[in-house]
Amino acid sequence: MSFYEERKKYENFDFDGFFEQVTDADVRRAINRDRLTPLDYLTLLSPRAEVHLEEIAQKAHRLTVQHFGRVILLFTPIYVANYCTNQCLYCGFKATNRLERKKLTPAEVEEEARIIAATGLKHILLLTGESRSKSPVSYIRECVEILKKYFTSIGIEVYPLEEEEYRELVEAGVDGFCMYQEVYDEEVYARLHPAGPKRNYRYRLEAPERACRAGMRTVNIGALLGLHEWRTEAFFTGLHADYLQRAYPEVEISISPPRMRPELGGFEPPVKVTDRNLVQYILAFRLFMPRGGVTISSRERAELRDHLVRLGVTKMSAGSNTAVGGRSHPEAVGQFEISDGRSVAEMAAMIYSQGYQPVYKDWQMV
Amino acid sequence: MEIGGRQITNRLFLGTGKFSSNRLIPEAVRAAGVQVVTVALRRVDMEFEQENIAAYIPEDCIMMPNTSGARNAQEAVRIARLARAAGCGNWVKIEVISDNRYLLPDNYETIKATEILAGEGFVVLPYMSPDLMVAKKLVEAGAAAVMPLGAPIGSNRGLKTRELVRILIDEIPLPIIVDAGLGRPSEAAEAMEMGAAAVLVNTAIATAGDPVAMARAFSLAVAAGRLAYLAGPGESVEYARASSPLTGFLRD
Repeated sequence: MSFYEERKKYENFDFDGFFEQVTDADVRRAINRDRLTPLDYLTLLSPRAEVHLEEIAQKAHRLTVQHFGRVILLFTPIYVANYCTNQCLYCGFKATNRLERKKLTPAEVEEEARIIAATGLKHILLLTGESRSKSPVSYIRECVEILKKYFTSIGIEVYPLEEEEYRELVEAGVDGFCMYQEVYDEEVYARLHPAGPKRNYRYRLEAPERACRAGMRTVNIGALLGLHEWRTEAFFTGLHADYLQRAYPEVEISISPPRMRPELGGFEPPVKVTDRNLVQYILAFRLFMPRGGVTISSRERAELRDHLVRLGVTKMSAGSNTAVGGRSHPEAVGQFEISDGRSVAEMAAMIYSQGYQPVYKDWQMV
Repeated sequence: MEIGGRQITNRLFLGTGKFSSNRLIPEAVRAAGVQVVTVALRRVDMEFEQENIAAYIPEDCIMMPNTSGARNAQEAVRIARLARAAGCGNWVKIEVISDNRYLLPDNYETIKATEILAGEGFVVLPYMSPDLMVAKKLVEAGAAAVMPLGAPIGSNRGLKTRELVRILIDEIPLPIIVDAGLGRPSEAAEAMEMGAAAVLVNTAIATAGDPVAMARAFSLAVAAGRLAYLAGPGESVEYARASSPLTGFLRD
């Protein structure tokens, strides 16, 4: 059994019908439950629950402080290569977009690492495009060997790998895995990924399970918001996280709720996801999985991120750059536009000003 | 109380993971007179003076690094060694958790780690699910104290394991320190009245509206509970004493 089968159980579920029938009493009951069922979670994602947002927020805030304390873990991405064989319609790095393709040399990785490490960050997320020929596992491993000298926790956000390959990277020093399914709806997924290895929905969907089995300490998943109806996508993301946490209790499971950003190709997101929608999603997830992590990237603008500190978020990126070698070459084109360009020091100051503590180090290789 | 050759007079141990600022740690320590402070090695960053949590623990405290993040005995052992190598002393709180849903400790792996580390000269305080047989094995393995949970970490649910902890207090010749789950000073007092040697608190203090005041409140409650234990509380009875005893006619 994998989450692929788990998700199938909801194939004929009438989401619209369910949402229509949700009453205020249902929402209140879901809020006040100690342990929420998947349908309680769906209830909190319903349009009806919007009027109860403040009440949900109060509980979400309480739960987050109780389980995580008043702390926000900081990290930053490092893009090492943008060669890609996929044609995800919404991505700035898709194969058909014309931009300078690049892959950092070991010396360049080191240079970027040095610049990032000078900010005090200890958690780094390494990203590549999907190209087994240009960025093979051996290359990722080579980068990890360099990053290890500067950071105490290394995550990877790369194309889906085999369990053995994940194990190889864990042994090399990787402790974190991040992969967005992008879209949980299988048909929409097929439409948005017309060519390339990423067309294999199931192989991607099961990648987090392979990563868990390979010994990753943290596993972060998510749906890219804006590609499809957000309430059901949020529901499946939560269901997926819950599935992983039950199947692999030793792994720290977290989610990201990334919203589409303008990118080079000019893709127009078919679905609008408002700030209110985003907040409702994060809060509902917090009540559903009180110990689940929530990561917010610099896709979101500064003012919104400031508010999110107190709304269930546990991890935030800082000083981000989505271009390959973007820290030593600020003119390089990124995967998408960043909304919050604040430096690590500025982010830390903001977090302190909210009565929270920025945490730079929350793991070290053992 | 003596643990690892150190005289401990303040029986409130403090955890440090959830404060809104490291600067509150020394304030809470001073307000409560805390002597033993635990800190997760995963958070210790010797390269970053200003944000290094270990730098905020007053010099005269006993720093007890914990193995938070360890999923098995092997990882706990490696973390403990790293902590000692980093200059965090030779005390260690063993925390082996492979269940991220409830954060309940793995007793079996905890025993293994205790045995190895005690053999290497560490002063080992294992965090455990209260179980008499496990506690006995921890004694054999060389633990310096045994730290049963009152309730799951961060749950603030109080002394839910009361009956099991009471058995450990009665049967185990080492200090029994109630670690995790205590949400209020009154619950800490309850554990101390029962005869717990100490309590370890983080969430209830760190996430209080005024953490420094709450640290002091816990310290007072712990002292009061200890005093009550030593004083030997009078027996408590379920009914008022009947003024016309049923057996009053027996006069021989």
